[in-house]
Amino acid sequence: MSKETLHKLVSTAAPLRIENIDTDQIIPARFLKATTREGFGDNLFRDWRYNADNTPKAGFVLNDPTYTGARILVAGKNFGMGSSREHAAWALHDYGFKVVISSFFADIFRNNALNNFVLPAQVSDAFLAEVFNAVEADPKTEIIVDLENQEIVLENGRKESFAINPYKKQCLMNGYDDIDYLLSLKEEIKAFQEAQVF
Amino acid sequence: MSQPTTLFDKIWDAHVVKAMEGGPDAVFIDRHFIHEVTSPQAFDGLRKRGISVFNTQRTTATADHNVPTVNQHLPIQEALSRHQVETLRKNCAEFGIELYDLGHPFQGIVHIIGPELGLTLPGMTIVCGDSHTSTHGALGNIAFGIGTSEVEQVLATQCILQYKPKRMRININGQLQKGVTSKDIILYIISKISASGATGYFVEYAGDTIRSLSMEARMTICNMSIEMGARGGLIAPDEVTFDYIRGRRFAPQGEAFEKALEHWRTLKTDEGAQFDLELDFPAEDIAPMITYGTNPGMGIKVSDHVPNLNEIPESELASYTKSLAYMGLEPGTGLLNKPVDYVFIGSCTNARIEDLRTVAEFVRGKKKAEGVEVWIVPGSVQVSNQAKAEGLDQVFREAGFELREPGCSACLGMNEDKVPAGKYCISTSNRNFEGRQGPGARTFLASPITAAAAAVTGKVTDVRQLV
Repeated sequence: MSKETLHKLVSTAAPLRIENIDTDQIIPARFLKATTREGFGDNLFRDWRYNADNTPKAGFVLNDPTYTGARILVAGKNFGMGSSREHAAWALHDYGFKVVISSFFADIFRNNALNNFVLPAQVSDAFLAEVFNAVEADPKTEIIVDLENQEIVLENGRKESFAINPYKKQCLMNGYDDIDYLLSLKEEIKAFQEAQVF
Repeated sequence: MSQPTTLFDKIWDAHVVKAMEGGPDAVFIDRHFIHEVTSPQAFDGLRKRGISVFNTQRTTATADHNVPTVNQHLPIQEALSRHQVETLRKNCAEFGIELYDLGHPFQGIVHIIGPELGLTLPGMTIVCGDSHTSTHGALGNIAFGIGTSEVEQVLATQCILQYKPKRMRININGQLQKGVTSKDIILYIISKISASGATGYFVEYAGDTIRSLSMEARMTICNMSIEMGARGGLIAPDEVTFDYIRGRRFAPQGEAFEKALEHWRTLKTDEGAQFDLELDFPAEDIAPMITYGTNPGMGIKVSDHVPNLNEIPESELASYTKSLAYMGLEPGTGLLNKPVDYVFIGSCTNARIEDLRTVAEFVRGKKKAEGVEVWIVPGSVQVSNQAKAEGLDQVFREAGFELREPGCSACLGMNEDKVPAGKYCISTSNRNFEGRQGPGARTFLASPITAAAAAVTGKVTDVRQLV
């Protein structure tokens, strides 16, 4: 549906040095009541970002003006575990993140992110540590996420490649979505359904 | 003779409409469940594309996540929840989908009503916009949770584009100790392999301990497969499965059932089939379990202590410390006798009739401890009616437990059923994430009988000393 694409991103990054970030943290259940895809960014990481009285929590990375404008989120391993809520991907996207760099992603989140043109870029634990160190040492440092060459490059020249399925890569680069493809199979699906015994 | 094959592969391969070279498979979906929270944007997508539902007969809807568990006969008080449930009604009417709405005798938590109504059958592919869809795998099918874009795919084409996961088998053999239940088995497994230990895999549970479990107990195990990262979990169907299905509302009947049975009996992993990973655990090592942290992998035997800092790998220390701070616990301390404020017995993990029977049997003639609030939220209208028919409501009332109306309730606190900040809740649900049961709420995951024991004693209790 979206004609959004992703090729190469050069941006500052926000570091969130926490492992096992579940989708309940990314967007708590009480904010899942909307019936559209928009506006979830306001409640991204709601309970880490705001106090109960809605004032910003000091010390949380998204409240730190140094990191304003970052289009890349760097997070500890096993990002996106738990609930299948696609609202987590919508919230990240709506907030402005185009890429999440981590050393491990949960399966459902990975699919949801890709379906919303948010790239889950998986790197080694060692390289993730380098990214954290670079971003924390200099919040203005820019990271290159090059989807075409499947590479992440730091300002000091250190780089690492990341894997992505060729089909999903084409979807991101050309703005395709899975439904376009599945709809093109409609006759085959009908035939399959009719041939089903059980 | 063809290559020995896993049950997972047999079912998956039989549903591939088209494989893409180097890409995902287009997998046909036999059964699709939807609910009010993760479906509205999918219907919007259909409208924007100007397309209808591919096969309305294969999708079933219910309202569960967001519904109140008291006064369900009245309009929903909370405006946003009401709007979401009304949107589901409107969408189901417009697109021609069967809805088990509030007040309908088949309404309930989506993963409870599927098996209960005979909509969930062996050999199927089943999806739902909810990660606990893995529950259905207990009947010997491939069932997994999906996002809303994928819900739209299924509505539009009855297919989903998926990469085939790797295969894992977990074998449990041996005799369980008294007081140890299927909830303890799965909490034990997750504590052993961590909350990400099965990411990328589809799990088959096997072994004589698993075979000895009832159908409902098996559902509890498959339900929490996602809590170790697995796409799903399944158990090969057997006589327990077939007896469970026989006569259910939408299951094949009579001759059709006998014919289906012939097929279902073939649904097993061949001798010598290869798994990418195979794990074995002895049933004798499993004790009543409880979680102490903020992901389901942070579990211990109820009589053990919370890990000391020197037992945690250095790379995980920061997350570990943050988690214990949230829970208000010190490293190295035990949980036994820790006072609890709330007890929640419910959710797609443990809100079936057997769970309620277990709790009732334990509390019969006892009273809840002073100051503890106890909510029992049945998984469906049918479970609720059955409980009342058996007089369990009376047992609960006399014990001071509150029997509510069906829904997801305090498992995720989308409705009013929230645990207040800083309070401890022993819960039969599936997630102990920060804020899961309400902002600041502290969750101990445990089995229904361990939860019932805590309700009576007012503190974390080792049920082995009481049964």
